[in-house]
Amino acid sequence: MILEVKEAQIRYGNTKALHGASLSLGSGEIVCLLGPNGSGKSTLFKSILGLLPLTKGQVLCNGQNISSWPRTKIAQTIGYIPQSHIPTFQFTAISMVVMGRTAHLRRYATPSAKDIYLAEQAMEKLCISHLKDALYQELSGGQRQLILIARSLAQNPKFLIMDEPTNNLDFGNQVLVLQQIKALAEGGLGVIMASHYPDHAFQYATKVILIKKGKIIGSGTPEHTATETVLNNLYDIPIHIATAYIKDSKNAVKVCVPAAKVPLSSYARMQHGVSYVS
Amino acid sequence: MDLKMQHIHIPQWMIQGVTGNFVFFVFLSIFFVIFTSSFCIGNYDISITQVVKIFAAKIFPIQQDWPNSMETVIFKVRMPRILGASLVGSALAMAGTAYQAMFKNPLVSPDILGASSGAGTGAALAIFLSFGIVGIQVMSFTLGLAAVMLAYGISIKIPKDRALALVLTGIIVGTLFSSGTSLLKYLSDPYDELPTITFWLMGSLSTTSSHDVFIVLFPILVGTIMLSISRWQINVMSLSEDEAKSLGVETGKLRFVAIVSSTLVTSASVSISGMVGWVGLLIPHLARMLAGPDFPTLLPISALLGASYLVLVDDIARCAASVEIPLGVLTSIIGAPFFLLLLCRQKGG
Repeated sequence: MILEVKEAQIRYGNTKALHGASLSLGSGEIVCLLGPNGSGKSTLFKSILGLLPLTKGQVLCNGQNISSWPRTKIAQTIGYIPQSHIPTFQFTAISMVVMGRTAHLRRYATPSAKDIYLAEQAMEKLCISHLKDALYQELSGGQRQLILIARSLAQNPKFLIMDEPTNNLDFGNQVLVLQQIKALAEGGLGVIMASHYPDHAFQYATKVILIKKGKIIGSGTPEHTATETVLNNLYDIPIHIATAYIKDSKNAVKVCVPAAKVPLSSYARMQHGVSYVS
Repeated sequence: MDLKMQHIHIPQWMIQGVTGNFVFFVFLSIFFVIFTSSFCIGNYDISITQVVKIFAAKIFPIQQDWPNSMETVIFKVRMPRILGASLVGSALAMAGTAYQAMFKNPLVSPDILGASSGAGTGAALAIFLSFGIVGIQVMSFTLGLAAVMLAYGISIKIPKDRALALVLTGIIVGTLFSSGTSLLKYLSDPYDELPTITFWLMGSLSTTSSHDVFIVLFPILVGTIMLSISRWQINVMSLSEDEAKSLGVETGKLRFVAIVSSTLVTSASVSISGMVGWVGLLIPHLARMLAGPDFPTLLPISALLGASYLVLVDDIARCAASVEIPLGVLTSIIGAPFFLLLLCRQKGG
């Protein structure tokens, strides 16, 4: 299956939040979306999901325009993990995961024993069964993220959109979450995720898309696309890309390191402020 | 054969299902006890055995050994009140539960969103124009719905702090409608309409007849059915708007259905009982503390708890003093400090 965004444009009043963005996501791919704060990452995701109406352009799934699809059909195709936030009410973890089954229920039905079983399976797959009866609000950021991933597993979509899945997570939890995402992609899920770390693109993504001020300024394999010059331009700070050789391993990984000294001119980026906050 | 101890695995959903049903039956029994024993309360002494006997006599052939007046008191005087209190209590509690889930805001209720004030103005207008009970219902539903829509419509224009904005716009709209009610009181005939409107606004079930109960039963039933069939969707909607949509809920349509049905049950109850405050805020909170936030479990428990609470408070209203205390006054006196207590006990808001 293939999910395509063609010339997507979104306008808020006179400001364009998205200028003709195009991308494609296939099954089993992990696309990493990199861009500074307020560059339009969340806007792009919301436009794919139909949460924000496109001023121009379209979103196609296997060539079919999804804008006319009912919400349940979109939900059966595309899962969404929003930026981390805490819901108003104190749901248990299993309740949160069962909500992933909503798109598969008949119109006025409530989840059956089978739906609850599938939700439990999803939690088991991510090794978080023990959290089932814990209160979602009281879990750590990493645990909450895994619960949301389990919810998406229960939802069983073809594609998954993740808005900064590693936000607020410590280093260890970041790795655990990213590993799970990688495993899901190996199982055939197409994943597109926003990140603030170019390293995530080097280590986990099959493709990287760079977005700045609502424009896509580059896309392709991480090695060829996320080069020093391009990243310098993306974040407006000098960046070095180093190759790290891991002891006792044949593998080498690319890592992104900021320059030792950042010129004063780089601070200009702080002065525009954020033009369109997600 | 493997001699190892077989680990017996009981799936968690079974246990949860059982505990969910258990809680429900506990509240059902509590309601039943309060409901039945309320027939014994009042100036005319009737013992619980006599109440049970008189009820049983309606179905089984039992020799009548009680005076006819006793039967009249039970069926003509106490029955409409107790049924009315059950209906109003459950309706307000369900409406509050639904509003809170839908607006993702535990601080809203029919009173705070302006639904009650709107319905109150509608009913006062209907009394002013000398309409009957059906007219009162139609008017209170129309203005109640208008008030909620207005409060919600204004609140979404305020970009910051949605939860607080809704509470504030609800209060503003409520005040607006209250002044409408005051104007009607000022204009109304001081010998006949004014006392009716005033006493009715305090909230009371003292004049409720079985005819009234019968008439409000229909809108309350319709609202309850609409809320019940969309109970799972409302549950998902109590997450964020974008999340609910991305999980497959048509939030726009659902919000409309939920607002209309909650306002329908609110205005129906306002049309027989007047303004009975706090029930729609207090009961959902209490029910959520006891049964958790899952809307499909919460809704019936909230309804039972609301019914039990209002029947009990109405019993107090009937008998605590030599003259009847207005029900609305009592619910406020009980509700306000109790709600304050709940707020203080809540962990991290």
